[in-house]
Amino acid sequence: MKIAVLVKRVPDTASVFKVAPDEKSVVTDGLKYIISPYDEHAAEEAIKIQEAGGAEIVVISLGGDDCQETMRTVMAMGADRGVLVSVPAGLSIGAHGVAQALAAAVKREAPDLVLAGKQAVDDDASQVPERVAELLDLPHASVVSKLELADGKALVDREIEGGKYRIELPLPAVVTIEKGINTPRYPKLPNIMKAKKKPLDTVTLEDLGLSADAVKNQAEVTKVASPRTDRRNQIVGGDTADAVKEVVRLLRDEEKAL
Amino acid sequence: MSVLVLLEQRGELKPCALEAASAARDIAAAAGMPLNAVYIGQSLEGQEGKLAGYGIAKVYAYEHASLSHYSNDAYVPIVRDVARELDAKVIIGSATALGKELCASVAARLGVELAQDAIGAAWAGGLVAKKPLYAGKVLADVTIQSVPAMVSLRPNSVQAAPQDGPAPEIEKRAMPEVSLRSVLKETAEATAGKVELTEAKIVVSGGRGVGGPENWHIIENLAEAMGAAVGASRAVVDAGWVHHALQVGQTGKVVSPDIYVACGISGAIQHQAGMRTSKIIVAINKDPNANIFKLCDYGIVGDLFEVCPALAEEVRKVRA
Ligand SMILES: Cc1cc2nc3c(=O)[nH]c(=O)nc-3n(C[C@H](O)[C@H](O)[C@H](O)COP(=O)(O)OP(=O)(O)OC[C@H]3O[C@@H](n4cnc5c(N)ncnc54)[C@H](O)[C@@H]3O)c2cc1C
Ligand SMILES: Nc1ncnc2c1ncn2[C@@H]1O[C@H](COP(=O)(O)O)[C@@H](O)[C@H]1O
Repeated sequence: MKIAVLVKRVPDTASVFKVAPDEKSVVTDGLKYIISPYDEHAAEEAIKIQEAGGAEIVVISLGGDDCQETMRTVMAMGADRGVLVSVPAGLSIGAHGVAQALAAAVKREAPDLVLAGKQAVDDDASQVPERVAELLDLPHASVVSKLELADGKALVDREIEGGKYRIELPLPAVVTIEKGINTPRYPKLPNIMKAKKKPLDTVTLEDLGLSADAVKNQAEVTKVASPRTDRRNQIVGGDTADAVKEVVRLLRDEEKAL
Repeated sequence: MSVLVLLEQRGELKPCALEAASAARDIAAAAGMPLNAVYIGQSLEGQEGKLAGYGIAKVYAYEHASLSHYSNDAYVPIVRDVARELDAKVIIGSATALGKELCASVAARLGVELAQDAIGAAWAGGLVAKKPLYAGKVLADVTIQSVPAMVSLRPNSVQAAPQDGPAPEIEKRAMPEVSLRSVLKETAEATAGKVELTEAKIVVSGGRGVGGPENWHIIENLAEAMGAAVGASRAVVDAGWVHHALQVGQTGKVVSPDIYVACGISGAIQHQAGMRTSKIIVAINKDPNANIFKLCDYGIVGDLFEVCPALAEEVRKVRA
């Protein structure tokens, strides 16, 4: 059994995001970076499979050199190896390009299972793993809250609005992971030390047969702004009976929303 | 040339299908292109009337019992092929769990970019989608250059606004031959009558201030009075009072209702990520300095054990 885990390094969304003067990007100075939370769950799920029945786990990231730190964290959790698809700083790559590169990297590894987060919490693109699956012509399921493997198949619970689907996928397959599935472990100090010695290969887009032009972003952010700040912030006073009456009046007569 | 809207169904057409149609109509008008639609499901019979007034020229209806539930293997090639056949320049879908999976997969097959979970889309010489980034802390305009430009719209972010006009022509299509690799073994749907969180027009959420699972009925009672879906903060989910499916926030559901009522919720930034695009936010909290009051429209400073039942009663009274 070989599992590839796709892991993205993202800014911690608890940070303050300031709109840059060009109004086309956010100020990245001073941002703290973390592993995208859902990817942590994907990594944990891979390690649980490894512990249950043995598996080789390779963590794959696309980004700059600082991704290595994120990948080492996953290796400290238990992954065996890493492959970094290294891209030049400043190159804006769209989801289609990211997926092409990751698909090429996954193909080289030929895993039985690809695990990824259901979305990366920076741009919430929510599409890269599905694209990887389609580009490699693999069956896939998204937003999975339960995963079982048996007889060369994956049985998954896929969350939908107000319910779930239980789906059986033949392996190899791509599965994106939802939060409720497990509790990611904290790497222990000896494992952090050991992880530093695990193999981490770097490949370039050219190594994967892709040109910078082929992965060029065709979905450009042309403007960023702060979200609406025009809330009324009206505290409705008085005793409880008066306050609820007034709020219901406001919602019904003023806002026409009730 | 065509704008193409994907009509999502769950037995019936979903409300978000009509919202997508509404947005698509405006885009098609601005771009000077006809609007067409794809329906994939068991049967559109008897629902054609719902599609009147959106300027849809033709609905390509793929109807079959085996298509009643979403499957990548079956749905993706259908949409890909219709998009090619019509030379679609824009494709609008819905950012539901299944809609996002469909749009991402189709985008990959067509080799184009996709703005997922947008809260608006307009035509300005090309397609521009409005999309929250970084847990909603910034709002981006994304200009999509690849063709067809693809967008999935967050439910409730665009109003379904039919105009006068005829129902579209329905062209029934035979189900294409596909080999189904993944098999749907079982479906568990929400209990009938319950309003689904991400599509609800009103959401009532409870936080740690509710005190314990034995008090949760206070939230449910208010939700029932308002005809609302029930949500929760992560504190409540982590404490095991309610199921994770109810969590609103960065690591939960993103909701965009007309009214969001936060009861005993402090308004942490990760919670905001899931509700800040709500049209009106009402906060009930006993702490006048709670963060939630900074982002609400209307606030009541008070004990939720008193305020929520009184509010429920008042709503029932005016609605009776
Ligand atoms: C990576 C990450 C992801 C996260 N994702 C999410 C997420 O998706 N969703 C989410 O909600 N949180 C999320 N959180 C957690 C978030 O930071 C907060 O801890 C959480 O939202 C707090 O929940 P709360 O408001 O219910 O509780 P608290 O912050 O404890 O607030 C309780 C509030 O209730 C009020 N109160 C108490 N008693 C009463 C009463 N009797 N009447 C009226 N008011 C009363 C208090 O004044 C207080 O303001 C995340 C955190 C991290 C680090
Ligand atoms: N640059 C990347 N490197 C590695 N994995 C990625 C990258 N971008 C996205 N992914 C994977 O795809 C998931 C969904 O990301 P997205 O589609 O960007 O929201 C993430 O949780 C990761 O598992």
